[in-house]
Amino acid sequence: MLRFIFTRLSLVIPTFIGITLLAFFLVRLVPGDPIETMAGERGIDAARHAQLLTEYGLDRPLLVQYGKYIERVVQGDLGKSIVTRESVLTEFGQLFPATIELALCAILIALIVGLPAGIIAAVKRNSIFDHGVMGISLTGYSMPIFWWGLLLILLFSVQLGITPVSGRISVQYFIEPVTGFLTIDSLLAGDIDAFWSALSHLVLPAIVLGTVPLAVIARMTRSAMLEVLGEDYIRTARAKGMAPIRVVALHALRNALIPVVTVIGLQVGTLFTGAILTETIFSWPGVGKWLIEAISRRDYPVLQGGTLLLGMVVMSVNLFVDLLYGLINPRIRHAK
Amino acid sequence: MKKLLLATLSASALMAAQPLAAKTLVYCSEGSPENFAPSVNTTGTSFDANTQIYDTIVQFERGGTKVQPALAEKWDISPDGLTYTFHLRKGVKWHSNKNFKPTRDFNADDVMFMIERQWKEDHPFFKVTSSNHSYFNDMGMPKLLKSVEKVDDYTVKFTLNQPEAPFLSDLAMQYASVQSKEYADAMLKAGTPEKIDQEPIGTGAFYLVQYQKDAIIRYKANPDYWAGKAKIDDLVFAITPDASVRWAKLQKGECHVMPYPNPADLDAIRKDANVEILEQPGLNIGYLAYNTSKKPFDDVKVRRAVNKAINKKAIIDAVYLSSGVAAINPIPPTMWSYNETIKDDPYDPEAAKKELAEAGYPNGLEIDLWAMPVQRPYNPNAKRIAELMQADLAKVGIKAEIKTFEWGEYRKRLQAGEHQTGMFGWTGDNGDPDNFLHTLLGCDAAKNNGGNVAKFCYKPFDDLVVKAKTVTDQAEREKLYREAQVIFKEQAPWFTIAHAVQLKPVRKEVKDFKLSPFSRHVFYGVDIGK
Repeated sequence: MLRFIFTRLSLVIPTFIGITLLAFFLVRLVPGDPIETMAGERGIDAARHAQLLTEYGLDRPLLVQYGKYIERVVQGDLGKSIVTRESVLTEFGQLFPATIELALCAILIALIVGLPAGIIAAVKRNSIFDHGVMGISLTGYSMPIFWWGLLLILLFSVQLGITPVSGRISVQYFIEPVTGFLTIDSLLAGDIDAFWSALSHLVLPAIVLGTVPLAVIARMTRSAMLEVLGEDYIRTARAKGMAPIRVVALHALRNALIPVVTVIGLQVGTLFTGAILTETIFSWPGVGKWLIEAISRRDYPVLQGGTLLLGMVVMSVNLFVDLLYGLINPRIRHAK
Repeated sequence: MKKLLLATLSASALMAAQPLAAKTLVYCSEGSPENFAPSVNTTGTSFDANTQIYDTIVQFERGGTKVQPALAEKWDISPDGLTYTFHLRKGVKWHSNKNFKPTRDFNADDVMFMIERQWKEDHPFFKVTSSNHSYFNDMGMPKLLKSVEKVDDYTVKFTLNQPEAPFLSDLAMQYASVQSKEYADAMLKAGTPEKIDQEPIGTGAFYLVQYQKDAIIRYKANPDYWAGKAKIDDLVFAITPDASVRWAKLQKGECHVMPYPNPADLDAIRKDANVEILEQPGLNIGYLAYNTSKKPFDDVKVRRAVNKAINKKAIIDAVYLSSGVAAINPIPPTMWSYNETIKDDPYDPEAAKKELAEAGYPNGLEIDLWAMPVQRPYNPNAKRIAELMQADLAKVGIKAEIKTFEWGEYRKRLQAGEHQTGMFGWTGDNGDPDNFLHTLLGCDAAKNNGGNVAKFCYKPFDDLVVKAKTVTDQAEREKLYREAQVIFKEQAPWFTIAHAVQLKPVRKEVKDFKLSPFSRHVFYGVDIGK
């Protein structure tokens, strides 16, 4: 097991370097620089432009800039946003809890609905339920998030009036951030009304963000279960007279879970990409929107730092998933 | 699970129905401010967030461009127009926060701090947050200011290098917002100078209570405000970047005022009984500039011919919908000195063909036509407009090739004069015609990389707009600008496209919200009823 963990960990370093390289050079391939972008129609005279580039250290050769950047990253300094002049780490720290809160709820919805749907669809193969689930999940998977979000707002918020339109909490609640998770912070503050408000604000965005992972999980669970259910040992278990529910839950599900867990791990990346759109529609103050804005403003430090931090999160989740396999399937941890 | 879901939904139903506290106004703003440092801000979003907190020494009247007293009660201008002496208001209180409690009222030191921070490179705050004091530089202050002196605690004297008629308007702009010198000194001593731009202390009608990036800005009315407490108690900016979602929130009463509606939602907004749309042509212009320093557009006949070849009405109807009015002059009709006697060039392809032949192009010609890649306030869709223009021009034998670049690159190349014709535009800064006619069409701006992208340098025109800068008599200035507009139309350096109309959906319970010609959202003076 130790060797397994070590192999996985050693892969983290080259990935990490790869992310810094990509984040650093890709954003600089985009034409324009932060100072020009800020100037808009007004323009900026060449001398001042050069002076400001020097001040931000953007006039040095790219490799030197990259070297400096890595030097600071290693010391834990991700720099300051060119636009707000706040430290990138501070801004990320303020916004990331909102993204996590949303992503966790989204994946929770996806799991709670997706797993059972997939299992039942597999067990009742070719039934109406099976076709229904697969049809709906294919629709969900192909749903443009932006359209889907607006549709839900129009139906549930504007027409039916059961959910708020956007934001994280009603404006009358003034909750000081402690953990950054408003559902938890409102409970810490002992304000149950605020908690319900935060929760009601979570429902729609979590459904929207959870739609694609839900569809993927349902489909993956179904096909993995189908494969396992056709195995000899399942037939043996059934032949022994074991209760069908035990066969499915104990023997089939555990083995079917390996590809499903992989998919869940991979969906974390999708969640962050999806979060960019979901956050914009629902005015959700998370990192997705922050990064999009940084692109249009060519805020290099934010883009580099944000990509790196998100990359690290995705990497950690995938590492965790890899380790989880080992637990689920002993063959993997013992494999050479 | 089902029970939990039901409980959640019924609770959220309660939430959605719960009214806001009385006298709380919620504004669905479109984005987060860059920071709370007006001297380095460049976006309207930031100015909106800051204008509630800070005051300037003089200010634009609510809903207009006229300059009136603010932190300065009155001022004297020397007869030569070179010296401005401001007499500051006494007893103006600063806000306070957890890090800072003011020990004194606003005085001349604060005005000196505001100017020197942006002007003197060796000032300890010059580089704090950013050394890019864009507007201070763009309004030509470094060149214009000779000296600024504190005469006594309540008198400040500005001496200029040359007379500058729009100077007072320049000082009413947001970059000249006054921050507390005492707060700055305290934060410098504490080793956190940037705090003054993140946790702002001002003298304005509202003080900042809480700011959460991309989520919310909360303000409370300043009870000690020098002009009297605001009519509302709480002001909340609910940051909502998507226009359709802003509309959904307004409709549901989750906010009271929203900026920048989606044109596609306008019909629905107009039908809503609880909402009205305030509208006013903005201080802006979208235009197609002919590069007058290059063939064939160095010839005024070609420029006038093209003006007649393009169907302006079709462009307004197809692209601006109800959010634009056809532009005749280079300044918008709401601006003083607008010359309403000028007639627009008629859409007349036959006449255009004839004039082209007279100019030596009987068989037509080939030109380029630049369209910016982004949506701007004065031009919702440059590429679509370019296509319409291209079709119109083809009818008179002009083959136009549409070109575009990344936005920063586009502006740079246009200002360097690489184009033959290119679309561009402007949003006014200080409400003075000088800010359009001299800034966009004067000879100074036609030089390398200047804002005059038509590279139009025509002496009779330039003489007028330069003279109007130095005259302080308003009537005299008006005459000069009206004349300049006549020359503009004759010389046709631009095809003037449209002035975008600012549309502001506001809920009916909001009382006395006034549109600002600068597209600012100012909530002092606004009330909220039942």
